[in-house]
Amino acid sequence: MTFRLKMMSAAAVLLAGTLAGPANAVTLKAVMHSDVKIVDPIWTTAYIVRNHGYMIYDTLFALDEKGEIKPQMVERYTESPDKLTYVFTLRDGLLWHDGKPVTAEDCVASIKRWGAKDALGQKLLTFVDTMTADDAKTFTVKLKSTTGLLLFGLAKPSSNVPFMMPKRVADTDPNTQISDFTGSGPFVLKTDEWKPGDKIVYVKFDKYKPRAEPASGLAGGKVAKLDRVEWLAVSDQQQAVNSLLAGEIDYLEQPATDLIPLLKEDKSIKLVDYNPLGLQYTLRPNHIIKPFDNPKARQALMYALNQKDFLEATIGNPDYYKVCKALFVCGTPLASEKGMEGLLESNFAKSKELLKEAGYDGTPIVLLQSTDLAALTNLAPVAKQLLEKGGFKVDMQSSDWQTVVSRRVRRDPANAGGWNLMLTSWVSADVLNPVMSGFVNASCDKAAFGWPCDAQMEKLRDDFAREPDPAKQKAIVEAVQMRQREEVTHVHLGQYYVPIATTSKVSGVLTAPAPVFWNMEKK
Amino acid sequence: MAAYILRRLLATIPVLLIVAVLVFLMLRLTPGDPAAVIAGDNASTEQIDLIRSRLGLDQPILVQFGIWAGHLLGGNFGESFFFKKTVAELILGRIEPTLSLAFVTMVIAVSVAVPLGVLAAYKQGTWIDRMVMGFSVFGFSVPIFVVGYALIYVFAITLGWVPVQGYQSISAGFGGFLQRLILPAVSLSVIYIALIARMTRASVTEVLGEDYVRTARAKGQVERIILFRHALKNAAVPIVTVIGLGIALLLGGVVVTESVFAIPGLGRLTVDAVLARDYPTIQAVILLFSVIYVAINLGIDLAYSLFDPRIRY
Repeated sequence: MTFRLKMMSAAAVLLAGTLAGPANAVTLKAVMHSDVKIVDPIWTTAYIVRNHGYMIYDTLFALDEKGEIKPQMVERYTESPDKLTYVFTLRDGLLWHDGKPVTAEDCVASIKRWGAKDALGQKLLTFVDTMTADDAKTFTVKLKSTTGLLLFGLAKPSSNVPFMMPKRVADTDPNTQISDFTGSGPFVLKTDEWKPGDKIVYVKFDKYKPRAEPASGLAGGKVAKLDRVEWLAVSDQQQAVNSLLAGEIDYLEQPATDLIPLLKEDKSIKLVDYNPLGLQYTLRPNHIIKPFDNPKARQALMYALNQKDFLEATIGNPDYYKVCKALFVCGTPLASEKGMEGLLESNFAKSKELLKEAGYDGTPIVLLQSTDLAALTNLAPVAKQLLEKGGFKVDMQSSDWQTVVSRRVRRDPANAGGWNLMLTSWVSADVLNPVMSGFVNASCDKAAFGWPCDAQMEKLRDDFAREPDPAKQKAIVEAVQMRQREEVTHVHLGQYYVPIATTSKVSGVLTAPAPVFWNMEKK
Repeated sequence: MAAYILRRLLATIPVLLIVAVLVFLMLRLTPGDPAAVIAGDNASTEQIDLIRSRLGLDQPILVQFGIWAGHLLGGNFGESFFFKKTVAELILGRIEPTLSLAFVTMVIAVSVAVPLGVLAAYKQGTWIDRMVMGFSVFGFSVPIFVVGYALIYVFAITLGWVPVQGYQSISAGFGGFLQRLILPAVSLSVIYIALIARMTRASVTEVLGEDYVRTARAKGQVERIILFRHALKNAAVPIVTVIGLGIALLLGGVVVTESVFAIPGLGRLTVDAVLARDYPTIQAVILLFSVIYVAINLGIDLAYSLFDPRIRY
């Protein structure tokens, strides 16, 4: 290094020194998959808002690393012999960020707001007869009939998560955004430092009382070991990786798959497979217009496609994907391949045969392609190629993701701004059973875009909701998959995994369906 | 002069009206549904419809325009669909990084480009001239983000002199402010250096052939005075025009630069708002940019009289 270079380096170090904060406070800087624009995790299902929710709110129950339901804010609960009355008692010492105690009334109001908005919550509330606060720490839920949804619903790990809020906040109309961000979670939102498009800042909630058990998944002791967490808004993936390599940030939630080799080369970077359930690619047909208003045409999709081609084209590295025919995610208690025999194996002859039976007239089907989300862009060309081999004519129409989002809710004919097929991906934690999974919902106009309409599928979903016995739940799931073979509400195209990248200074990243920052340390 | 400024300011009213109508209509006619974006993937059709209704997007376009225009006349840009903030608050929070970036970029561009252009004109036909013109071609040809990534690789990752990304307000310390702004400003200035240097060279070359320059030389005037007092001043009108247009174009350029360097300015706000179909924010930002364009054009016209006394308003 020349003298001039040394001098310039020294000047840069001096400048950098002026940026440093207090010496002993531990600050972790992270780049998440998106900037936080909305901060009401009940108002929207956006995953970044769910992640924000886990920072500042707490839940009554939570799933541990094994996917088992564990009490979180709840100290204990009792279940009546007829399984119709549940009494929940809150833990001692739970406080809101404003210092006031968490009460049973707050929890009842929070469950009501969540239940008014979330699909599983709505289903759950149809089983609830009354929900009342008995005293400051106890509330009782009386059910009209038995259901396995109560505890699972209160432990729901992904959007919308039933986060607890003070009653004054939870009383907000669920379709209006909240403006008071008081939670009772392990971190507090620094509203004065939140600059949308720049960063959102959380600081440790000193009065948070964690459970005594060690942290496991989303359950156990939520011990905040960081004084301050900053989520920086860096939209450029290359720059996010550069920042991690340069040590300017400590944590990158979703590095682009093609940049992972760059991170693997650097010994100061760790890749953490935090979410063993990963995500699931999905193809959704539009059930209300031709040709997919005919089940035979939808079945042809199941025969023409195969998962490996999609996963190879989008993820590439087999370490980060899994061919999985289980509709409700491999590696979970409800995983089963029953009903999927012979499907998703690119049997083009069978696909053509079914199309003939469906009376498909060769009209090109409109396949929507999103071009700006790296994880989705390559899916549509693969689908086009396989479907054309399977006897379809395909008109692939490309646009940005938000255009796809707005177009997919249109019910117009495909040649008038509507659509026939679109591709997306789900966080697996959102599709763990037939009630949660938005695409299995076949309630016609009330279903998600694509609008499948099948009374038998809806009956099976209701049966699942009523059934508290896990073994019987699995039998219902298998019946759902048998029905799915006929009805084809959607086509699942395999699971994939996106690791978290951190610097080697960071440890304690938990294995969970959502990225959380308690238990994490930075040396 | 005052009458001229008043006339020009009055003339901006129809311009802004046309911009307002066009922006409003174009946004409504392009595909996109803020309600679907807000609701997220798990939302049912009912929930999306409810959000659409809350945002007033289920009203006829004329009614929507009437409401927006009414608020605008009262000085209210409305509330962002996404951020729990007014659009005015959002813009105020984002204007400093953009103005800082634009200012530092133009300072770098003008202070490098004008001397280079004058030098190239003075040394016309020599290797210096060819180098400057070669750099100009490079500056025009290479996209801003490529220059940005190259500079980041060398100065941020390899040498570690400056941060990879981010912005620090000047109020938090000038050192940090400059340290974080220098790479984006240099990246963005390359194309303006190319543009202004080329224009300066052409203008000064033309002026150097004028009789009064020959006369100055015949009187024994030193070359520095000839170049900077006589030639550059007389060549200034087209150079000022290009600089002014450059400032206006810069507002477009910052969109890419702010995204690459994660600077929370108006450029990124525009990109975020467009991707999310945040209509009130897009409308306000484009109106603001229009006002700035008009103001810059007026400023350029007024500046002419400083350099050429023959121009009077």
